[in-house]
Amino acid sequence: MAELITYRQAVSEGIAREMRRDSHVVCLGEDIGAAEGVFKTTTGLFTEFGPERVWDTPISEQAIVGAALGAAMTGIRPVAEIMFSDFFACCYDYLANEIPKMRYMTGGQVTVPLVIRTANGGGLGFGAQHSQAVENWVFTVPGLKIAAPSTPADVVGMMASAIRSDDPVIFFEHKGLLASKGEPAPPDHVLPLGEAAVVRPGDDVTVVALASTVPTAMSAAEQLAAEDISVEVIDLRCLVPLDARTVLSSVERTSRLLVVEENPYQGGWGATVVSIVADEGFELLDAPIRRVASECVPLPFADALEDEVIPTVDKVVHAVRRLAAF
Amino acid sequence: MTVSAEESLTVDEGPLLEWYEQMAIIRQTEKAAYDLFMSGLVKGTTHLAAGHEAVAVGASAALRPDDYVFATYRGHHHAIARGATPAECLAELMSRATGLCKAKGGSMHLTKADRGMLGSYAIVGSHLPIAAGAAWSAKLRGTDQVAVAFFGDGATNIGAFHEALNLAAVWKLPVLFVCENNLYMEYTPISAVTSVPNPAADRASAYGLPAVIIDGNDVIKVYEATKIAVDRARAGDGPTVIEALTYRHYGHSRSDPAKYRPADEVERWMQRDPLLVARQRLTSLGVDADDIDATDDRVAQVINAAVQEAKDAPFPDPVTAFTDVWADGGSAWRN
Repeated sequence: MAELITYRQAVSEGIAREMRRDSHVVCLGEDIGAAEGVFKTTTGLFTEFGPERVWDTPISEQAIVGAALGAAMTGIRPVAEIMFSDFFACCYDYLANEIPKMRYMTGGQVTVPLVIRTANGGGLGFGAQHSQAVENWVFTVPGLKIAAPSTPADVVGMMASAIRSDDPVIFFEHKGLLASKGEPAPPDHVLPLGEAAVVRPGDDVTVVALASTVPTAMSAAEQLAAEDISVEVIDLRCLVPLDARTVLSSVERTSRLLVVEENPYQGGWGATVVSIVADEGFELLDAPIRRVASECVPLPFADALEDEVIPTVDKVVHAVRRLAAF
Repeated sequence: MTVSAEESLTVDEGPLLEWYEQMAIIRQTEKAAYDLFMSGLVKGTTHLAAGHEAVAVGASAALRPDDYVFATYRGHHHAIARGATPAECLAELMSRATGLCKAKGGSMHLTKADRGMLGSYAIVGSHLPIAAGAAWSAKLRGTDQVAVAFFGDGATNIGAFHEALNLAAVWKLPVLFVCENNLYMEYTPISAVTSVPNPAADRASAYGLPAVIIDGNDVIKVYEATKIAVDRARAGDGPTVIEALTYRHYGHSRSDPAKYRPADEVERWMQRDPLLVARQRLTSLGVDADDIDATDDRVAQVINAAVQEAKDAPFPDPVTAFTDVWADGGSAWRN
């Protein structure tokens, strides 16, 4: 068995593989070059590809994603890093008004092969402005593809698809998963965007998870197995394209659904998943659909407070028990 | 550093007459757009560029076909100067399937990508970083293309302007930042909301960039200043800021009568109408006034035909609302 690699290493590996195969792939972002990224997710890139392919930028989020857009429109495949996903707010014009709309409002004249990577999510005590899970900030805008892998191999495979995509892709790398380990990706691993994975088969309750909530759901499922509750865990992997079919076919067997998401309950992506199941799978259900999401408060700093707000194994266990008993 | 463009009238009547005709095409297209708006055939809004013609035509004349141009929601003149036809522009304004953007963009988003006109942007200042990115791309690909961002005076007070100038300066990008200073950010005098007298040029030095303030109503002056800046950019010497002083002939948008502008100011600028300035130059070069009038008449026929062509064009098939979201042509976001 090959040596396990970290999620953090997988990010660099995924980018490096694409930079090796396509000279039009160019990275830009704050501290990503010689410093190798504040999260060390661009390790080795500057050394291997040099300053012509890996560009350090000023702290100018609008310039980073704006320039990436202009380059994408004119023959480059930029991979832009926004250091913390919270900083999407600093360049939201580009995420909401420019990037997703360029192709459409020009009547298809312009193509935007662009990846925006960002460190997302909480659990590390960074406080209210550096801990948010903001998938819903971009999920609300038609025209963006959204990837959020949970394992190192998926990071590599989805990075390949994201960089090769002729559509703009927002690529969430979860801060809480960076140190986690998993199987390395096989050579030439390409995982199409929009394919969810059933990461644990089960019969009683379907739990839909994404990124950080996948290991949370897996731990909960393990614990619940001891209580004879069989949980099926689906790693959604992408929000756009959304693999609703995998969710619906799982619910068809389990007839019970829990969605576990780290963005806030108010406006969270789980609400869209739930509405699809309610709309198209109502007759499959034997229990109300439940969501475990972050509470609707800003993220607090202290561990004891943050755990109150974000999804935890205990919260998932409790929610599944209620569903199973319904 | 703020310098004046060299006075070197190197342009003879040949190109000047051609530029006059292009400016007349823009002027008459804008008049047609206004009339069509007032008659209800153009919905939404328009931001007409009548009065700004010399900036688009003079700058475009200094560019190569493979260079990139980025404009604002007041951008009809740039689309036409880069080769969009009046008919396809007017068809877009009139929501017709034959419009430049298949009627998905409208007046504020005219784009002619195959002529390097990479869009009209309706969020003030947003396209300056995008233009810098296109220039960065040219540098990465080893071409000697340049990118030009045209923007209004109002854009100089938004963050993206400053981020773009700094990045372009630091990376020494082949990009021109051309401010069409028409003295008003929408309805408010730019001087009332800006800390320096020359909103674009005075900011350039903060980023170590050269700047030039020019008469934006003199197509020759615009051409010359652009040519100098383009040559610098192609030579690898980085960005230039050009502040072109000009004036709107219509209001900010729609049917705005622009009553906030003093009558004597309007009168003064009307005397400096870019078409009038070009006509005077042509006359002084010995061109017969009848020949210039004949140009106007020919353009009028072209625009009348364009209006008719646009009016006769079909509205888009409703199913096209669901095309062109993704590169595969469709709009599917889930299975």
